[in-house]
Amino acid sequence: MAPTGEHSLVPAREQRSEPLFELIGWALVLGVLSEIGILVAVVFLVSFALIPLGAGLAVFLAFLPFQRSFVDWHRTRAGRILGKEISRPYLPLPQGNWLTQLRAITHDPATWRDLAWLLANATLGLFLCVYVLALVSGIIWYLCFPAIYFFSPDGLFDIDYWYFAVNDLTTSYLVLPFGIAFLLLFWKTSAPAMRLYAGLADKLLSPTQSSLLTMRVRELSESRADTVDTQAAELRRIERDLHDGAQARLVALGMSLGMAESVLAKDPAAAQSLLAEARLANSQALAELRDLVRGVHPPVLAERGLAGAVEAFAVASPLETNVQIDIPGRLDPPVESASYFAVVEALTNVIKHSGATRAEIRLRHDGEILTMQVTDHGAGGADLQGGTGLRGIQRRLGAFDGRLDVISPVGGPTVVTMELPCVLSSPRISPSSGTA
Amino acid sequence: MRVVIAEDLALLRDGLIRLLTAHGLEVVEAVDNGPSLLRALLTQQPDVAVVDVRLPPTFTDEGLQAAIEARRQIPGLPVLVLSQHVEQLYARELLSDRNGGVGYLLKDSVFDVDQFVERVRQVAGGGTVMDPDVIARLLAKPKNAEPLAQLTAREREVLSLMAEGRSNAAISARLFVTEKTVGKHTHSIFNKLGLAQSEDDNRRVLAVLAYFNT
Repeated sequence: MAPTGEHSLVPAREQRSEPLFELIGWALVLGVLSEIGILVAVVFLVSFALIPLGAGLAVFLAFLPFQRSFVDWHRTRAGRILGKEISRPYLPLPQGNWLTQLRAITHDPATWRDLAWLLANATLGLFLCVYVLALVSGIIWYLCFPAIYFFSPDGLFDIDYWYFAVNDLTTSYLVLPFGIAFLLLFWKTSAPAMRLYAGLADKLLSPTQSSLLTMRVRELSESRADTVDTQAAELRRIERDLHDGAQARLVALGMSLGMAESVLAKDPAAAQSLLAEARLANSQALAELRDLVRGVHPPVLAERGLAGAVEAFAVASPLETNVQIDIPGRLDPPVESASYFAVVEALTNVIKHSGATRAEIRLRHDGEILTMQVTDHGAGGADLQGGTGLRGIQRRLGAFDGRLDVISPVGGPTVVTMELPCVLSSPRISPSSGTA
Repeated sequence: MRVVIAEDLALLRDGLIRLLTAHGLEVVEAVDNGPSLLRALLTQQPDVAVVDVRLPPTFTDEGLQAAIEARRQIPGLPVLVLSQHVEQLYARELLSDRNGGVGYLLKDSVFDVDQFVERVRQVAGGGTVMDPDVIARLLAKPKNAEPLAQLTAREREVLSLMAEGRSNAAISARLFVTEKTVGKHTHSIFNKLGLAQSEDDNRRVLAVLAYFNT
């Protein structure tokens, strides 16, 4: 979820505002759109009111995306004026029939805040736009007034002001100060007026605190469910591996030893071959336990931390790997483990699918976010929907609010970027790099 | 032959002491943590040390670090490193000083007692003894294939057995050929890798190091 700024009408001062002449164009466009917005609001309300009659529902559901993209456009526009991002507030639609969807839409505060904004925009928004345009017209009118007076029929623009009267070309120059006044007013107030306009949009179109929380809760329950599922599956796999592997080998070993014991006196040669069998079973059990441990928590990760473990994996992989690591400290063990397996998964994908012989790994921690990047110049065409590997990475990182980004055009190169917000402990100087 | 042992699990430490003593090696000191290991290596200067990678107090790679540090101060001090798991990275670090007298094996390798003792003696004699898994993975690297590409399949086989620390006699037994044939293969390997005539043992180490591309 993109971070949202505070919702206030105070304009962001540090933001470099757009050039004033560009602002005039936008005032014109936004002014016209604010009136179109009335139409949008009306269609929205009427179709909503007609839902009980049946026909309204189809119109309502069909119109909603249009209405939302109309408002989205204004979100972007207003965001640009304020120099920040106004994020979309809509709660995701649940799966289900039209009734559940309709309920979700009507229960989403964003729906009604959109409507409120459409109406506010048609009034206050329009006023602000018209204000800017009026200032511009004033400037043009009064600064050009002598010329207008000169070319217009006699007496048409004779005006009797309170302090003076315009009745010939000479006196027509007396209105020029008005033009300058308008120019000053425009200079000083048009940008704040547009910011006020954008602030109105920001106020009403940003997610409310409760929407933000609702979205966050949804995200968290999803990632928690994923994590729990993954962990349960992982435990089942470990149980199965132990049961069919090391445990069975140890049973075989015990049997061989028992049999060797019973035939030792009678048949030393048979006892010897049984002991050899026992030793073999022992070796196999150890090998299986070793693989299992590697899958649960690789020893090198415990011994060397993320940097060392990634380097060790790269060294041992068949790829020629360029590794650059800049992590000045150790990560928390759970984060360390998740990020290690994410990098390993990404590299395994490279080995299995890309056809590349070289890969690059970059690990960097900037004080807040750990960024891990795996690049290869292989076949490309990897996408999140296709690969269970990539989805596995997403699940692992999701548990820590991490993000996965895959850029992989067909023909390569593929860049897998993983980001994980986390803190470091016990700083250690270890910018390391090398080619494995 | 004087041996220092570093192993934190009492059961394994006693087992190693018994095993080595039974084969006529003298265990001069057995320690159970990293700092004591470094001190023992530097003061005892044993003929060979048998070291567990993971030791207290940090339970990370204390043993490995102590061994590398000791070899930095006393170049070529023979060290056989044992571990529950082997890492290419650690092998590379151990080999990087190019002094020989280094071994890196799984703890499982003690099961074959005679062979294990033989390997301890080889490391003590300046040989290089590596776990077969480390060697197999190195062979899988396309980059490493280059300097070794000129070797025949048989020669590569011989070289990888050399890297495991086997003598010509052991290699000939393993490949079911005469020792003389193995000698011809090793000679050809030395030539192809550009290792000039010198003391045979040292050339074996250098060939293995070329193999590891360190």
